[in-house]
Amino acid sequence: MSELLLNIQNERLSFFTPAGEVKALNDISIQMYEGDVLGIVGESGSGKSVTAYSIMQLLPHTGRIIGGTIDFNGHRINDMTEQDMRKIRGNEVSIIFQDPMTSLNPVYTIGNQICEVIKLHTNKNKKQALERAEELLSLVGINEPRKRLKQYPHELSGGMRQRVMIAIALACEPKLLIADEPTTALDVTIQAQILELMIDLKEQLGMSIIMITHDLGIVANMCQKIAVMYAGKIVEYGPVDEIFYNPQHEYTKGLLRSIPKLSEKEHNRLVPIEGTPVDMLNPPKGCPFAPRCDSCMKICLREMPQYTTINDGHLSACWLLQKKEFMQGGEEN
Amino acid sequence: MSKKLVEVQHLKQYFHAGGSMFNPKYVKAVDDVTFYINKGETLGLVGESGCGKTTTGRTLLRLYEPTSGKVIYDGKDITKVSMLPYRRKMQIVFQDPYASLDPRMTVGDIVGEAIDIHKLAASKTERHDKIIAMLERVGLNSEHANRYPHEFSGGQRQRIGIARALAVDPEFIVCDEPISALDVSIQAQVVNMFEDLQQDLGLTYLFIAHDLSVVKHISQRIGVMYLGKLVELADSYELIFHSVHPYTRSLISAIPVADPIKSRESKRIVLEGDVPSPVNPPSGCRFRTRCRYATELCATQEPEFKEISPGHFAACHHLDKVQ
Repeated sequence: MSELLLNIQNERLSFFTPAGEVKALNDISIQMYEGDVLGIVGESGSGKSVTAYSIMQLLPHTGRIIGGTIDFNGHRINDMTEQDMRKIRGNEVSIIFQDPMTSLNPVYTIGNQICEVIKLHTNKNKKQALERAEELLSLVGINEPRKRLKQYPHELSGGMRQRVMIAIALACEPKLLIADEPTTALDVTIQAQILELMIDLKEQLGMSIIMITHDLGIVANMCQKIAVMYAGKIVEYGPVDEIFYNPQHEYTKGLLRSIPKLSEKEHNRLVPIEGTPVDMLNPPKGCPFAPRCDSCMKICLREMPQYTTINDGHLSACWLLQKKEFMQGGEEN
Repeated sequence: MSKKLVEVQHLKQYFHAGGSMFNPKYVKAVDDVTFYINKGETLGLVGESGCGKTTTGRTLLRLYEPTSGKVIYDGKDITKVSMLPYRRKMQIVFQDPYASLDPRMTVGDIVGEAIDIHKLAASKTERHDKIIAMLERVGLNSEHANRYPHEFSGGQRQRIGIARALAVDPEFIVCDEPISALDVSIQAQVVNMFEDLQQDLGLTYLFIAHDLSVVKHISQRIGVMYLGKLVELADSYELIFHSVHPYTRSLISAIPVADPIKSRESKRIVLEGDVPSPVNPPSGCRFRTRCRYATELCATQEPEFKEISPGHFAACHHLDKVQ
C-alpha cells in the first residue's frame, strides 16, 4: 500500500481585506497517497488555487490559515518557518502556474532559471547543473536542448515555455507536482501535447499530481480522484468514475449538465446553473450553493450539511443526501 | 433555399510587420478566405490562436480595411462604401467583457450610445424605455442602468455587451469568443441567451470561438481555420463526425472529453510542434509541417478549397489517404 503523502485536515483559510474577512477555504480535508492524481475543479473564486498555494505557503500576507493542519511528506506545513519552507519548495513539492508567458523571468536565460533550482537544492556545481538542465529539457520533449539553454523566454512559444516550466518544476524530482491550470492559456493541440507529457512523466518518475482546472474534460482524462469545490468548500469528493457517472451533489450534477458534448448527435438545449457565483465577502449562511440550487430546502439556507458517504471514498455534502439517509434509516426501524 | 445575408469573397487581410521600404514584410492574418452566411443561420469559426478567426470577423465588419477581396452584405458590395448605415445592421460582441466596456460610463449610457449615434430615439423617455427594454431582454433589470461596469460579474458584463449590440436592432452579429472569459456554469446561460435571441429576433451570427464543443452546439455550419486559411467548412454534425481534413481531425481528437471511460478508450492524435509564424508561413499547404500525410506535393502546391460533397468543403491533397 502506498504511503500517505499529503494530509489536509479541516483547513480554514481567510483573507483579511479592507472590505472584510473573506473565508476562502472553509473546512477543507484532502488525503493523497503516493502516485495519486487528484483533480480539483471549480469556478473562479471557489478556492482551488488557494488550496494549492496554502500547501506551498505561497499566500499573500493578507491570507492566513486560521484552523486545521496540513501535513506533507512528514512535515507539518503550518508550523514551518519561511526558511524551512524554502528547502521544501521546488524540492519536494513544486508548482506549474497557469500563464507560461508571465511565470518565467524575461531577463534570465532558460538555462539560468533551471540551474537556479538545481544549485539551490543539490550540491551540484555549475557544470553538473547545466548537464542536468539539458537532460531535463530533453525529458520534457524540447528539441536541441543545448541551444535552448542559452535562449531567453521570449524566443520560445507558449507551449515550449510551459515545457520549460515543467522542467523547472521537475528539476529535483518532487514527490508532489501542483499544476495550477497548466493549459488554460494554451491552444487545444498544444494542450494535448502538455497533458500527454505530464501523464508520461508521472509514469516515469512516479510522482503525485494535483491538477487544478475548470475543464471537466481534463480531469476525466488524467485524474483518479476529483474534488469539486464551490465557494471555499469541497462539496463532493470521490473517484473519477463516481463523480462522472454517479454525481450526488446538485452542483456537480449541474456542472456536468451545463457543458455541451461534442459526441451528441442531436441538438439539446443546455441546462445552465442559474444565478451568479457567490459573493465571497457575504457568503450565504447555510450551504453556499443553496441560492442557485433547484432543490433548495429550508434547512439548506440555515446550516451547512455534513458529508454523506455514498460509496467507498465518495463523499458529498448535501442535505438531500442526509434526508435520504435519514428516511432509509427510518424504514429499517 | 435560404438567402445569403453575408458573403465574403477572397478576403485578404495583411498587416505590415517591419522589413525595409522596398522589401516590406506582412503578417498574412487572413489569406484568401471565401464563405457565406445564410439569413437566420449561425456560422461557427474555429481555430487556434493566431489563425485569423478574429481578424476575419473584424475585417468583415470593416473594423479593419481589407487588403483585398469583397464583403457583400444583403446583395450589396460594402467593401468600399461608408459603413455608418451598415453599423446599424451589423454588430459585434467582444471577447473580454472586462475590457470592452468603458469603466466611466454607466450601463445605461453604454447601451444608449448606439441609440444616440443612429438617432433611434425621438425623446429622452423613448431612449430610456429602449435602454430598459434592451437590458430586460438580456436578463438584467432597470436598476442596472445607473450602475457602472465594475459592479457586475463577468457573465452580467457580457450581457451588457450583448445589450449594446442589440440596441440598434441589428440583423447580423459577430460574436467574437463571447464566452471564453466566463465560468463554465455561466457559459451555458449565455449560450442559451444567444439561441433565444436568434429565435426571437431572427438574428444571423458569425460565432467565433476556439472551443469546438460550444461552436458545434450553437452553429449550423462550422468553418475551421489554420494560419489564415479556411481548411474545412461543413454542416456542423458532418464536420464533427465525418471530418476529412487532417487538421480538423486532430483538433477534434485533442479536445479532452468529459467522460472518463470514453477518454480511456479513445486514442488521441497528438500533433507535433507549434503553429508556424504567419509572417513566414510554410509554402504550399500551410499545415504540412505538422501533418503526418504530408508529401512533396504539399510543399510545392497549395491545395484547392473545393467541394467534396454537397456543402462540405476542404483543402487537402490527400483526402483519399486520411482514414
